[in-house]
Amino acid sequence: VHSSLWLTVLVALPLVGAVVAGALRRREGAAYVAGVVTAGVELVLTAVVVVLYNSHVAGASTFDFASRHVLAAPFGLAWDVALDGISLLLVALTSIVLVLALVGARDRRREPAFVAWLLMLTSFTMGSFVAHDLLLFFIFFELTLVPSYFLIAQWGAREAGRAALKFFIYTFTGSAFLFVGALYLAFLHQHQAGGDLTFAYGALSATVMSRSSAVWLFGAFAVAFAVKSPIWPLHTWSPLTYAEAPTAGSIELSALLAKLGSYGLLRFAVGLLPLALTTMRPVLLTLAVIGIVYGSALACVTPDLKRLVAYSSLAQMGFITLGVVAGSKIAMVGAVLLMFNHGVITAGFFLLIGFVERRRGTATIADLTGLQGPAPVLAALFTVVMLASIGLPGLSGFVSEYLILIGTFATHAWWAVAATFGVVLAALYLLWVYQRVFHGRAAGENAQIADATTSERWVMVPVVVLVVVLGVFPKPVLDRISPSVQQLISHVAPAGVSK
Amino acid sequence: VIGLVLPSIHYLAILPISILFVAALVLLVASALIRGALSRTLTTAFTLAASLAAAAAGIWQWSYVAGHGATTTIAHAIVLDGFAVVSSAVVALSLALATLVAHDWSKREHVAGAEYHVLSLAAAAGAILMCQANDLVVIFLGLEILSIGLYVLVAFDRQRATSAEAALKYFLLGGFASAIFIYGAALVYGATGSTNLTSMSYFLGSNTLLRPGLLFAGGGLLMVGFAFKVAVVPFHLWSPDVYQGAPTPVTGFMASIVKVGAFVAFLRVLVSALGTQMDTWRPILFVLIAASTLVGASLGLVQRNIKRMLAYSSINHAGFMLLGLYAGDARGSAATLFYLMTYAPIVVASFAVVTLVGGEGDEAHSITTYRGLARRQPWLGGALAVLLLSQLGAPLTTGFYAKFAVLAASVDAGGGALALIALLGAAIAASFYLRWVFALYADEGRDAPRVAVPPATGLVIVLGVMLTVLFGLWPGPLAALSQHATVLFTP
Repeated sequence: VHSSLWLTVLVALPLVGAVVAGALRRREGAAYVAGVVTAGVELVLTAVVVVLYNSHVAGASTFDFASRHVLAAPFGLAWDVALDGISLLLVALTSIVLVLALVGARDRRREPAFVAWLLMLTSFTMGSFVAHDLLLFFIFFELTLVPSYFLIAQWGAREAGRAALKFFIYTFTGSAFLFVGALYLAFLHQHQAGGDLTFAYGALSATVMSRSSAVWLFGAFAVAFAVKSPIWPLHTWSPLTYAEAPTAGSIELSALLAKLGSYGLLRFAVGLLPLALTTMRPVLLTLAVIGIVYGSALACVTPDLKRLVAYSSLAQMGFITLGVVAGSKIAMVGAVLLMFNHGVITAGFFLLIGFVERRRGTATIADLTGLQGPAPVLAALFTVVMLASIGLPGLSGFVSEYLILIGTFATHAWWAVAATFGVVLAALYLLWVYQRVFHGRAAGENAQIADATTSERWVMVPVVVLVVVLGVFPKPVLDRISPSVQQLISHVAPAGVSK
Repeated sequence: VIGLVLPSIHYLAILPISILFVAALVLLVASALIRGALSRTLTTAFTLAASLAAAAAGIWQWSYVAGHGATTTIAHAIVLDGFAVVSSAVVALSLALATLVAHDWSKREHVAGAEYHVLSLAAAAGAILMCQANDLVVIFLGLEILSIGLYVLVAFDRQRATSAEAALKYFLLGGFASAIFIYGAALVYGATGSTNLTSMSYFLGSNTLLRPGLLFAGGGLLMVGFAFKVAVVPFHLWSPDVYQGAPTPVTGFMASIVKVGAFVAFLRVLVSALGTQMDTWRPILFVLIAASTLVGASLGLVQRNIKRMLAYSSINHAGFMLLGLYAGDARGSAATLFYLMTYAPIVVASFAVVTLVGGEGDEAHSITTYRGLARRQPWLGGALAVLLLSQLGAPLTTGFYAKFAVLAASVDAGGGALALIALLGAAIAASFYLRWVFALYADEGRDAPRVAVPPATGLVIVLGVMLTVLFGLWPGPLAALSQHATVLFTP
């Protein structure tokens, strides 16, 4: 077992960075430097953790870096962190996205508060991914709302105040269900096992319960995670919020915070309440498929680039949900991989849209045409990200979607067939929007725009590298996810559903 | 020959009440005898010393209770148990904080004389009497002492018509509530043969009432009386007007000590005395809680006046505090006590900020005055933002653990659905707290005048924020204290 200090530092470092950035209010640009340095150190630390991670710690079921310190016994509150292959990937995503969001938001570099909120958000997201305790997860899950509220409300577009409030209330209401469910589960466990109230993951997963209470609890958990993901029909906050948020906010929301939902569904709903799956699986599969088709269809007709990515994210989150609940190991591996890939790809999308917005002051599709002429590099970068999102073989999106679809086909063929239409639709809306925005003859302001600057090109390098490398050679990543998914699926379906 | 036998008195049990009462009397007599107005600093210091002494007496009482267990005195009418000690200390400390706020306020508004402090000392003594009461008559006594002091305090701003109007409204409705309460006490006495809570509990535990109508009617009226005092829906109509009309430091004082005194007494009546009738009063509480959390939050949404908004917020909070009573067990009692311990300093500090922003004349309470405050004055605005986030129940503040405790108690007692309703209420309430926080950080009003922060009020705000953040990060000691206090509950 490696020391849990690594994870504590991963959570604490951005928080310290946030305090430092907040304190450097007087020195112009100093806060931004502090932020970038923090992000860099965080990335290095994450790389060390990724290398150190050992999936074969005896008796810890693929969890490493684990330790538990009780902080307040009456509340069952404990600092309990651990990392397995699934959270490892998301921790890596968190660090990468922080760098992208910070660098992508260079025009905010003179605003220390912005940098501080962004770092704080990273700390809380990191905390949710390494939490090995339902209460600790919930606390971080809730805490992420505060910095994201401020990021959206203060630096967003015209309707940002309304969007931020809608986002907050929607998520806060969803987590009410999670909270009551978590308390119920913990008391169920306490009445069985005696002792102090505990929310420890390992303890709770051993709770014996009837199928009906499992279904109720699963429902309560699923509401919270469906809002966050978002899963149709609880997605209605997302297009407005994504469109109104500043670039860095949209990146954090769609690339990271959305993953909190699907990660929670995988780890806590599926992981703690496997009994409910037989009842809930058809419901969630259907909602996921509806989300895929509905999101893709709306992405075809929406007039705004940011909303397009929002709807496309709804479809992609549908794929992830499909993989999470399908009950096949392959599909679940694909879902975890897609959480990472989708994070990188949407971050890329929002960065590029941010570049366009910075030049043209709008993200409305109708106002943009023929950008390929004056800005060929920008167009090329967009093409790479777009093709990855469509799922072109050789790029990262393909691997994850392919795994999800074949895994789901093996267990629930018809849902997989319906979901495949989403892939076709994705090609349709993305190619079509590319045509409208980049092809044609540029006139007026569109003809005047500058191509991607050197710094913008450098920001996109990690996105392109990750998209290509994970498309061609995903094996190292898959090797890290597989044992943990195997562990989870054997807990969920002891008889071995996995085909 | 009928000899009047005086009951024995355990003076340690009534030490905090005595300190506050004697202090009030001394101040009253001194202000009458000494020519001219007493120095403002002197009266404040005296009140502060008295309240801190009352709180310090709690330490002595606590060690006695820890050694001897819970005891009663004065013919079992007064109880000395962990619950009483902790809640009395909370009242005394709230008085200390509120006194500091009132000091700067009275300087600003040119209010001279010792009357304010006399009345607040007496009201706090009444609240402590309610915390220690083991008899319906003593509860009534405490309630009246508390309320009459507050009626006058609410009317203290003689320059403003709204202050007098609020006082009249509070007085009339409070008078009704008291009458209803005492009528309920009479009916319960008729049904059980005693007004003593312990005797009632013993009687109801060892007898089966064949015709419980009298008890139900009496118990129902008692609940109505309490519901009026703590302002839960549908008995809340007075509170927004009174919160708005009262001088702002009085509102903060009232919001903290009335809640503590009335909730502790309410808890003793329901859980200790009428615990056997739980199946009867639980559905009533269910309705009160659901209505308070939802209605309080929804009506708070449409308020433009900050004090009215905080009134609805306190109605929402009262619903949460009732959740612990709903559980009706040790966990629930500890949870409500924990809620009161954490809520009192937050609400006094919040109203301290509102007092400062209200400016001379105590009139500037529209939400628009707060626009950009945190940009102009990051410390003051940031402090208010933390206090509001704590009221919202954000993690890393005591507000989160307070809600956690009462919700956990309710879920454990089979009230999962109720907990969910309450949380939905909290989600609605979140939007008006957030709207306020958003206004604080709005990018406008850069050249609005700065709000002066006098040292005493500044200290209160700092203490409130420190308490909520410190125990928000490390809630263990407070939670353990509230549990410990509940173990040492009434005999």
